[in-house]
Amino acid sequence: MSEAVIELKGVCKSFGGVTANNDVSLIVPRGSITGLIGPNGSGKSTLFSSIVGYHPIDKGSILFNGREISRLSVPEIARLGLLRTFQTTRIYGKMNGLENMLISETQRQVGVFNMFAHGRKEAIDRAERLISFVGLYPKRFLPAGSLSFGQQKLLEFAMAMMNEPEVLLLDEPTAGINPTLINGLIDRLRSANIDFGITLFIIEHNMRVIMSMASKIYCLAHGELLATGDAESIQRDQRVIDAYLGAH
Amino acid sequence: MKRIERGRQSIALLALFAAGLAAPLLLSDYTNELALLWLMILFAVTWDILGGQMGYNSLGNIFFFGAGMYISAIVQIGLFYDVGMYTSGARTTHISFSDLQYFSGLALGMLAAGIGSAILAAAAGWALFGLRGPYFAIGTLGLAIAAAELVASWEWVGAASGISMPVFPGNPELQKLFFYMLFFALGFALLLFLNWLYSTRFRLALNAVRDDEEKAEAMGLHTRRIKRTALIVAAFFLGIAGAIFGNMTGFIEPRDIAFPTTTFNIYMVLMVLLGGKGTFWGPVVGATVFHIIKEATWTYFLGWQYVTLGLLIVIIVVYFQQGIVGWMIESYPHWFAPKPASEESDAYAKASIDLAARPEGSP
Repeated sequence: MSEAVIELKGVCKSFGGVTANNDVSLIVPRGSITGLIGPNGSGKSTLFSSIVGYHPIDKGSILFNGREISRLSVPEIARLGLLRTFQTTRIYGKMNGLENMLISETQRQVGVFNMFAHGRKEAIDRAERLISFVGLYPKRFLPAGSLSFGQQKLLEFAMAMMNEPEVLLLDEPTAGINPTLINGLIDRLRSANIDFGITLFIIEHNMRVIMSMASKIYCLAHGELLATGDAESIQRDQRVIDAYLGAH
Repeated sequence: MKRIERGRQSIALLALFAAGLAAPLLLSDYTNELALLWLMILFAVTWDILGGQMGYNSLGNIFFFGAGMYISAIVQIGLFYDVGMYTSGARTTHISFSDLQYFSGLALGMLAAGIGSAILAAAAGWALFGLRGPYFAIGTLGLAIAAAELVASWEWVGAASGISMPVFPGNPELQKLFFYMLFFALGFALLLFLNWLYSTRFRLALNAVRDDEEKAEAMGLHTRRIKRTALIVAAFFLGIAGAIFGNMTGFIEPRDIAFPTTTFNIYMVLMVLLGGKGTFWGPVVGATVFHIIKEATWTYFLGWQYVTLGLLIVIIVVYFQQGIVGWMIESYPHWFAPKPASEESDAYAKASIDLAARPEGSP
């Protein structure tokens, strides 16, 4: 297996007396699609939030390309090329689709005066290509807030692609999307991984989706890492089955 | 289609420029009113940068207006006299300014007011932009009220009894025209500047902060830098406007003229809501309509003017939240929105329709 692009070592996070993550260590290999599963409330989203810097972790370390990022702020981590999408979709509702795309351009090498740059032809081209990649080109001039939930999800994914991240953390990308669109979305996630070389780290409840995509899956339960393995072995792991069915 | 839109915008700006030049000649009885109209436009348009485009409702923008007024006064006086002696109530020496002293002082004072207010905005932004929503509104209001009280007890600048500004060397008619032209030039410069600024990525960044600031952070936008820049732009123009207004009235004092938190400060918000927030022309239209209504009620319903004003606030907030221009955009969207390209001729559209139409289970 290739080197790790994200490496967590003994990450602990609690809110008041509630332990959300306890001693979680895992590796996301470069160029892979890695899955993160677990029952509701097992600490998956908290772990994502810790990685992208929403809150300081209590203990442990988070390495991105070998660099410690657990003390950096959200925008700083995003500018390093580590991006997340949200479980409850977040787009810029009153701006139209194309504007949503244009403002999502990468901010990695941005100087002060870049704020005042005009929309470049290449950027507009790329935005239009990516928005048609997710099938929303005909709707690009509509306010993003007027799109359906599934379409907003697709737009959010396209915005993430526009940002040219190295790693993309997706929090339940298929939740709330109708089954027909899910297939299209799986294709696009694969394409993002293979054609654009983006490492994907995905939280997913839809087992069919995650089993068909991820080469390696981590399972969390009660904030702790329960099992690790490929799709086959995770599906057969008795502890994972117990966790999902509620046995302790 | 983008070019047509820009073309229409340029024509509208050109028409406004012509109207602004002609107005004091055609309506020479109302030169002072027209100067105040430009001040109202400045208030509304600068408020809209934060309140409309960026979604941060400030109740303290008047701080930068008053700060500019006092900075300018200190520079204009301090260049030639001792400020403490000038403002002292027990002053006996006769003080006058030569023409050269007056105009050079005014020019430098306006410049210092703009820059000084911008610097104050950078500092205030550093402290205030940790606050969001109602906390930001109250925080900024606190800044304005605190400034008024501080200045009111600061002897060196005349405390609560204020400062008599240097007197304009010329007849009253010339004086009115002069200050009209200053306000007109500043207001029009602001519109030209924003016309450019809103054509850049910066408008998208402001709108992104308005729609979902947390998302903007997650996408790596420099949200703090964006917010502070917006405040600095607003403060720069407000500071100069304050300098002009102080000289136009000839007398400045902290509570009712420099930092009037319950009049000008509220008008700003009201005018933007009336015209339509987050639109380029909304604040201009709102300021104009508001100014006419206000002057009419002050003339014909004197004694009832604040009742009328209060009713106007209630009506706008309850029944007319999108404002005049917002209502026009809603009712006649084809006047404003770019026309979508015809879909058959469009390769991207075709490709994305193909993708979306793929049946379930296909590879």
